[in-house]
Amino acid sequence: MKLVIGIVRPERANDVLEALYRAEVRGVSMSKVQGHGGELDRVETYRGTTVKVELSDKVRFEIAVTDPFVDPTIEAICEGARTGQVGDGKIFVVSLDRAVRIRTGEEDNAAVTPVSA
Amino acid sequence: MGAPILAQATQVDTGDTAWMLAATALVLMMTPALGLFYAGLVRSKNALNTFMMCVSAIAIAGMTWSLIGYSLAFDGSGDLIGGLNYVGLHDVTFAPRDGTTIPHLVFFAFQATFCIITVALISGAVVERMRFGTWMVFAAVWSVVVYPVLAHWGFGSGWLMEGGTLDFAGGVAVEMASGFSALAAAIVVGTRKDYGRIGLLPHNSVLVLLGAGLLWFGWFGFNGGSGFGVGDPSVLAFTNTLLCPAATLFTWMILDLIRGRRVTAVGAATAIIVGCVLITPAGGFVSPGWALALGFLGAFPCYFLIVYRPRTRVDETLDVLAAHGLAGFTGILAIGFVAQASWNGVSDGWFYGHIGQLGDQALAALATPIYAFGMTFILLKLLGAVMPLRGPEPDESLGMDSIYHGEEAYPSGEGAILVTPEAGEEVPVPVAQP
Repeated sequence: MKLVIGIVRPERANDVLEALYRAEVRGVSMSKVQGHGGELDRVETYRGTTVKVELSDKVRFEIAVTDPFVDPTIEAICEGARTGQVGDGKIFVVSLDRAVRIRTGEEDNAAVTPVSA
Repeated sequence: MGAPILAQATQVDTGDTAWMLAATALVLMMTPALGLFYAGLVRSKNALNTFMMCVSAIAIAGMTWSLIGYSLAFDGSGDLIGGLNYVGLHDVTFAPRDGTTIPHLVFFAFQATFCIITVALISGAVVERMRFGTWMVFAAVWSVVVYPVLAHWGFGSGWLMEGGTLDFAGGVAVEMASGFSALAAAIVVGTRKDYGRIGLLPHNSVLVLLGAGLLWFGWFGFNGGSGFGVGDPSVLAFTNTLLCPAATLFTWMILDLIRGRRVTAVGAATAIIVGCVLITPAGGFVSPGWALALGFLGAFPCYFLIVYRPRTRVDETLDVLAAHGLAGFTGILAIGFVAQASWNGVSDGWFYGHIGQLGDQALAALATPIYAFGMTFILLKLLGAVMPLRGPEPDESLGMDSIYHGEEAYPSGEGAILVTPEAGEEVPVPVAQP
């Protein structure tokens, strides 16, 4: 059981969702984040004030999956998010100690396996 | 109404001039108001660029109109186009403009604001993707080769006007011209990258309503000023500008209720624009009762075109064709049915015994779209051959604001590091490539 964290371009978020859906990965959280991963800065000017904007908007996916789903999830995120330009983002995979489904109290693998209806 | 104006034709009337000065300012305000309306309808990453397309129309059309456009539209009574006597505002002074009781300068300034907003209107078809530089070149050429010609036809003593077509405040030159040019522009520039794939939603509907409200306010100068004074036609057009959009707004809300069981805010804002456009050509020619009826009936074709258009492959993004082209077309034709000489002192429509008026109106409703669509199509094809119409795809993903203006509509300020240029050191060129 792993937590897959994908940080991607906001304009690719929809493609990632599509790819995850096709890979039959269900159960996704996403949030808007700002970050800096080595891409070039944007320079903006407001009247006399010129600034370098170092943080870019990104979207962070968090997906808890059972072990057989780790690779398909990573492939789906890469497929959806890749443009080939600097700034496409990163994927981090971390181990999960425990997961609980609040409604039923199910734990671990059963908790991260989606139920129908 | 015709008689008193002719009697004073050689003299400036202070009351008329005072109103026309105010009306000119009202119409100029409509262009930033349109900027608000359009900016609210696009995604936040393109809000500034969309607004700036409207603002740039003031800069560009304001200049081309004074240098050449005004002369082409309003000098003499040539069939197709005016002369060159007023180029660079030569001879445009304090003496009253022929046929009016206001100084020629005021007449010019009032007409300039019409040219400006017409150019700005077209931008609605190409927002979120067109290159800003190419847009400015397009605006400059369009404001010389399309707008003055149609303004001359419709209200500068050109062939339509002399042939008997009635157009009070710009159904030909403003509404149909912008609407059908917008259709051509959307076809030539092409669809947005994500069009038809994901929902591309308005980012701020409050801006949309605010812009629509300010447009309506300005429209009282637009229609109310098109009588060039404070005579009966102006009073009639002014009041009809209140009635017709109110009827359209009401009808739109009912249609929304029937279709989706909810009244939408963006729909209401759109209805205000449609109603104002419907009454633009007809303002000073139809009775207040018919203005209400026009607002009600005219809502239907525009409503259903707006519902249908997103199902097509034509990404005419902000529906200039439906809200301006089709509404202007409907208003121009309506004059042919319901104009009343007892109200306008000029001509009756079909319902009041003069079927010929409908023929004159139909001629305008046929010729204007052909010229506007054809010229804009050719113009953009030629422009596209010498400069790119749109930027590369990654730019479109990042948003036009950051690419073409180096600003954001809603900067967070987080992670913004102040750049203080040392003496003699160049400020780095905005780096847009992520």
